[in-house]
Amino acid sequence: MKRIRRESKVRNFHQAKWDEPVIFELHQEGERGVQVPKAEAAIGAAVGDGVSAIPASMRRTDAPKLPEIGQAKVLRHYLRLSQETMGSDFNVEIGQGTCTMKYIPRVNEMMIRTPKLTELHPLQDVSHVQGILEVFYKLDLAMREISGMDKFSFQPSSGTQALLTMASIVRKYHESRGEGAKRDEIITTIFSHPSQAATAAVKGYKIITLYPDADGFPDIEALKKVVSDRTAGFVVANPEDTGIFNPKIKEFTDIVHAAGGVCYYDQANANGLLGVTRAKEAGFDMCFFNLHKTFAAPHMCGGPATGALGVVSELIPFLPGPVVEAEEGVYSLKRTGGLSIGKVRIFHGVAQTVLRAYAWIRALGAEGLLEVAHTAVLNNNYLYHKILQIRGASAPYVKGNRLEQVRYSWEQMTQETGVTTEDVTHRMCDFGLHYWTSHHPYVVPQPFTLEPTESYSKEDLDEYIHALEQISKEAYESPEIVRNAPTRSTVHRIDHSSLDNPKEWCITWRAYLKKTQPE
Amino acid sequence: MSMNDRKQVHPYIPNTVPDVQRQMLDEIGVQRVEDLYNIIPDSLKLNRKMDLPPALGEYELTRYVDGMLTKNTSTREVASFLGAGCWPHFIPAVCDEVNQRSEFVTAYAGEPYEDHGRFQALFEYQSLMAELVDMDVVNVPTFDWPQAASTSLRMAARITGRNRVLLPQNIDADKLMIIANYITPDLSYTLVNYNGATGELDLADLQTKLNGDVAAVYFENPTFLGIIESQGQQIADLAHEAGALCVVGVDPSSLGVLKPPSQYGADIVCGELQPLGMHMNYGGGQAGFIATRDEEKFVMEYPSRLFGIAPTIVEGEYGFGDVAYERTSFALREKGKESVGTQTALWGITAGVYLALLGPHGMQELGQTIMQKSQYTAQLLSKIEGVSVRFQSPFFKEFVVDFTGTGKKVADIHEELLAVGIQGGKDLSGEFPELGESALYCVTEVHTQEQIERLISAISLCATGSAKGSVSV
Repeated sequence: MKRIRRESKVRNFHQAKWDEPVIFELHQEGERGVQVPKAEAAIGAAVGDGVSAIPASMRRTDAPKLPEIGQAKVLRHYLRLSQETMGSDFNVEIGQGTCTMKYIPRVNEMMIRTPKLTELHPLQDVSHVQGILEVFYKLDLAMREISGMDKFSFQPSSGTQALLTMASIVRKYHESRGEGAKRDEIITTIFSHPSQAATAAVKGYKIITLYPDADGFPDIEALKKVVSDRTAGFVVANPEDTGIFNPKIKEFTDIVHAAGGVCYYDQANANGLLGVTRAKEAGFDMCFFNLHKTFAAPHMCGGPATGALGVVSELIPFLPGPVVEAEEGVYSLKRTGGLSIGKVRIFHGVAQTVLRAYAWIRALGAEGLLEVAHTAVLNNNYLYHKILQIRGASAPYVKGNRLEQVRYSWEQMTQETGVTTEDVTHRMCDFGLHYWTSHHPYVVPQPFTLEPTESYSKEDLDEYIHALEQISKEAYESPEIVRNAPTRSTVHRIDHSSLDNPKEWCITWRAYLKKTQPE
Repeated sequence: MSMNDRKQVHPYIPNTVPDVQRQMLDEIGVQRVEDLYNIIPDSLKLNRKMDLPPALGEYELTRYVDGMLTKNTSTREVASFLGAGCWPHFIPAVCDEVNQRSEFVTAYAGEPYEDHGRFQALFEYQSLMAELVDMDVVNVPTFDWPQAASTSLRMAARITGRNRVLLPQNIDADKLMIIANYITPDLSYTLVNYNGATGELDLADLQTKLNGDVAAVYFENPTFLGIIESQGQQIADLAHEAGALCVVGVDPSSLGVLKPPSQYGADIVCGELQPLGMHMNYGGGQAGFIATRDEEKFVMEYPSRLFGIAPTIVEGEYGFGDVAYERTSFALREKGKESVGTQTALWGITAGVYLALLGPHGMQELGQTIMQKSQYTAQLLSKIEGVSVRFQSPFFKEFVVDFTGTGKKVADIHEELLAVGIQGGKDLSGEFPELGESALYCVTEVHTQEQIERLISAISLCATGSAKGSVSV
């Protein structure tokens, strides 16, 4: 036999395509997916059918119009949909910058499945939950060391909810000092996550957005102009979503503190900083980490997750409660006092994610965490160096090294070929790779944001680079290939026109059946 | 190189292989990785090793974590009668199989092209839930019921242009804290009394508090204390007469047998998804849903993502995408509707699987079993001397047990039950002092006759201090 030649630098990929019906179309009257536990005969004899007790005004007369489907068919349907989903386990997922898509250790996924966790009720007697409280407490201790903060809450169950919690603490803090009404502004930057501005607005604040200076750094002169006795807080990521670290961050927090504001830190971009630099030394009063990003818990299609929120000692009384305390090896849940903002999530947070994050820290130790940071930064700069060599690609702002991610631009390629960054998104699907542009607004023209994390090998990074090189080449030589992509995905280009039209949008199957007519 | 000289490359960090690292540094043109950090001033650098416990290998890690979790005593090991917002239910194996699939566990923000399956599964969840609540629009789920209620109330305020909401006095105190924090400072709330005999909303009090600045009347069915609120239509009518919207929070496991709120006047329906296939996970299984009619004024006020079905360029192919994305904070930052981000998408997919498995008859049977078992338990408890079931009205899944007549505190009874392997209901004496020494008991389809009778025997013993007053079962 001749040796099989494999010379292509890009993958000859095709995603699964099952052409699966919508689940209602699987309905067959009389089929059953599962049996529901029944009451024992003696119970039936004692209380009758049970439902006769429901007042007539509240009894459901028509059964919900759910489909009737046998178990194997339900399973097969959802397994097919799973195959049509590109989890980060399946690709070199460095294309979702800002989201730190790292390897999800399988051992953690196994450990969370024990009934010792899954079957715990959040209000059980504290003597029955000592194990999980120990995990919460020990993660708190580790996060304190990583950030320099003095206490953590794991109640917020996403970065957005952590930001809302921090904005709530800012409000409560100023109110407690009689300055609640006066301080009505929160300052953020345009290269920070939209939730920073959005959650501060939910808490009633006027938002002031700083734009970068010519080199891409948050503009310190602009900050000086906007701080005043109306400043309630300053929220920022560092590095920002450009991967540019602001070396003057301590001057920023000093300026805000001098004006009486609270500084809070979005550490969504912390992966290159573990063991290198901390929130405390930069002068922050609060920070949060996404356990589903930096600490290797999975994203689960978009949650549940955890935004681990740390504060300095002065702000501990403002935390949502209860918080976990320890005394001589016994763990307890302590209610917070009158200054507390109350609660942001029912019960104590997403315990599975708390356990995953603690297990990940324990798998690495202090030296391992530093290696994570160093390797994330090494991988990013390798990628950066290579991508700047691709025709039509650039990285606006300061030259020189970036930390864990970079926001790039295809501006030149778009000008020269008409192929846009959205077109590239679609074409990358054809190589089995995910690629993301940027949050809105597009301050960097034709943007894309890559964050390689520590999880990928040089070979993985090269595969991604080759795919981008190939697309650039196509854009210049045969742009219709890119414009017509994807062709090897589960589906082809979607006609989005109905999705913004109230008369046509169909958010459920029943709405679809009502609003569309068979030909 | 001998075994001992070889660098131990961490399994999670492949590029710490020394030769590879060297190649990459050479490519970049720097000597050491540390040089890549030259932008960070020394004054900000930690410059010491972090003080963390030593690293563990995979096997050692599993032993260590097992050692901690073994200290937990789960509801598999004790008979638990706790509910109060997180409930023990039967979870079909297919739910776990689907939500443990690596594709779904590790997916996130893919396009409709690479994540067609994720989009379809969430569209199907929205569609299945829509049938359960009998409404045409359901969101990609939010964090939990309190968040869903908070957002529903803010939606109502934006729609009506008003800024006060009415909430029931018998709401869960923790839920009230979450709502109060989330709606402050834009909205304020007023509590409406409940009837001390029936446990239902006090309509007279509602009328006195309804006026032209009320955006929404919010109530729950069943109430936090388990009572089936039979006056849904009257409450909705009163709200509408005052120009307010009617927002109802529900436990969806009741909707096979209880009328969905849309059929008695609700404009916005919200609630908790955890009963539909999520393990309790110490509170990690919570997820909140919101449902409305398919009207632009409602749809445009959702902060959440809403997935819709759409054609593709290929005839016969289903596509999916975001509906009215421009309303979200992803598109508009602080000008969007509240905020959106990572929430609880995987629990939405799971709830969809659950509803597909149970179907219309399964949901009816579930409701019926819960009604039967909870009534049976309440019936036996109320026969114990000194113990009574607090309200006269019919209830679903949960009910208030009043121990005042035993002369004991709920806390004492709790300790005695715990000693015999029973976790009693939630102690209400702190949050509902008007109910005396009462606790909220929860009985679902997973409780067996044997567990229920063991509870009755144990409480009989507690109540009388001896076996004398116990009921034979």
